Amino acid sequence: MHKLEDNRAWFLVIPVFVLVAFNAVVPLMTVVNYSVQDIFGPGQRAFVGVEWFREMLRDPTVQSAFLRQILFSLLVLAMQIPLGVGVALLLPRSGWKSSLAIILVAIPLLVPFNVVGTIWQVYARPEIGLFGRLINATGIDYNYTASPLAAWVTLLLMDAWHWAPLVILLAFAGLCSIPEPYYQAARIDGASRAAVFRFIELPKLRGVLTIAVLLRFMDSFMIYTEPFVVTGGGPGSSTTFLSIRLVNMAVGQFDLGPAAAFSLMYFLVILLFSYVFYTIMKLNNAR
Amino acid sequence: MTAIQTFVPAAAELTRPKRTATRARIFSATLLGLFLLFQALPIYWIVRMSLMTPNNVLTRPDFLPVEPTLDNYRTIFTDPSWYMSYVHQISYVALNTVISLAVALPAAYAFSRYRFLGDKHVFFWLFSNRMAPPAVFLLPFFQLYSAVGLFDTPWAVALAHTLFVVPLAVWILEGFMSGIPREIDETALVDGFSLPRFFVTVFMPMIASGIGVTAFFCFMFSWIELLLARTLTSVDARPIVVTMTRTASTSGMDWGLLAAAGVLTILPGIAVIWFVRNYIAKGFALGRV
Repeated sequence: MHKLEDNRAWFLVIPVFVLVAFNAVVPLMTVVNYSVQDIFGPGQRAFVGVEWFREMLRDPTVQSAFLRQILFSLLVLAMQIPLGVGVALLLPRSGWKSSLAIILVAIPLLVPFNVVGTIWQVYARPEIGLFGRLINATGIDYNYTASPLAAWVTLLLMDAWHWAPLVILLAFAGLCSIPEPYYQAARIDGASRAAVFRFIELPKLRGVLTIAVLLRFMDSFMIYTEPFVVTGGGPGSSTTFLSIRLVNMAVGQFDLGPAAAFSLMYFLVILLFSYVFYTIMKLNNAR
Repeated sequence: MTAIQTFVPAAAELTRPKRTATRARIFSATLLGLFLLFQALPIYWIVRMSLMTPNNVLTRPDFLPVEPTLDNYRTIFTDPSWYMSYVHQISYVALNTVISLAVALPAAYAFSRYRFLGDKHVFFWLFSNRMAPPAVFLLPFFQLYSAVGLFDTPWAVALAHTLFVVPLAVWILEGFMSGIPREIDETALVDGFSLPRFFVTVFMPMIASGIGVTAFFCFMFSWIELLLARTLTSVDARPIVVTMTRTASTSGMDWGLLAAAGVLTILPGIAVIWFVRNYIAKGFALGRV
């Protein structure tokens, strides 16, 4: 759409600008302050320059948490995007069945993080949880408190349970917006189901799927509460993701300087990713 | 030639055994059913836990609730520290939704209708805040909201949650607004509407489903958040998600009580989904298909 050039539009943006600046800029500056100082106690501090950054970059627990985080986010995307599109294709498009299925699908989205954790903590236990018992009944030795693999499987399933619905709803909305004549044309051409998906549905889903990938990537990259409640970062440190490591450092050990340096680098990595996604989205819109 | 091409698939349709189509339908219904079961069983499990004593939760693997009781719910509804925390959570989530929509609507309009100095940079900067991990901001937020005297009030949590809710709200609303041609604005302004009056009486009804979906997202992300809510409250404004974590650490794990509180946090979600169910098909494309 052609837009008018008018700097008075700034007046409309000021409320958002002030609100977000208050929440983002002031705390960010506090973090920047901490990251270059060594704090011994109230009023006792020394400037240390980039020392904390250097230390954090060399810290093996931070490095492994970072790799773990990347792997987790990629697995989340690899599971949930195809699952979401697949289920969206199965959903009835109209009538009461459609409403009912959508409500059932959407419920996990509005369950608070720690409640999700509480549910799966018990649900996946090998002795008393339905899920844990079912898996063990098939002969697989499954115990998420003992085996890192089982812990990862539990967290990935839990995350799919909680967030695949978002992908489903976005994809479903995308599918509903495809006009019926597209399908009629495909039927006339004798297109197979696979061809309809590949050449009609998938291109039409690109817009919503970009949003889904973006939201799922961001939120899985910041995940904290759910793994914290279920595994506490264990067994060992096999599920200690970036936020868990960071909160341990800042609140548990009260290492404010290193934690602040860690925070800034964490934020910069996310900013980098978000810039890449944002550029891709703009290219998508331009097309 | 075209006649033949249109005829051939129709013939194939007729001759293809009807059984295949029926079988495909049964197959997809089964898959969907399995997925819905995967979604529903964990919910059932927490409802089941909420009806049992903590001891039974930890020892009995039965599928049905063992010695079902409503004691856990009774505890929650008679203890003010429980039921008031439920009220606190609803109040800050509602505040957050109202504030977010109030500031996001004009901004989204500006981004969708005008070009102005630094517009793309501001948009990206807003958007980058959606990606700020709450863990990064815990301590600074605590200090900031203590300094301005809002610590342990619903306002603190509501305002803090706007950090990651508002950027999304602006983004979603901008998508919907851009779907409405600018000629409508121009016609209304020529007809003598002032901009605010046009916006409220003409424009907002036109993007009602967009506003509904935006409110849904605001509600959702604020309702499920724990980390900031826990950092910014202590006693007077403590929400139920935080009360759950405190209970767990003081008197051992009372799983039955935790589950009952958990079930109560799911109910408002179901109500909200019920309200937006008809917008989902159209609104969740977020104006970007």
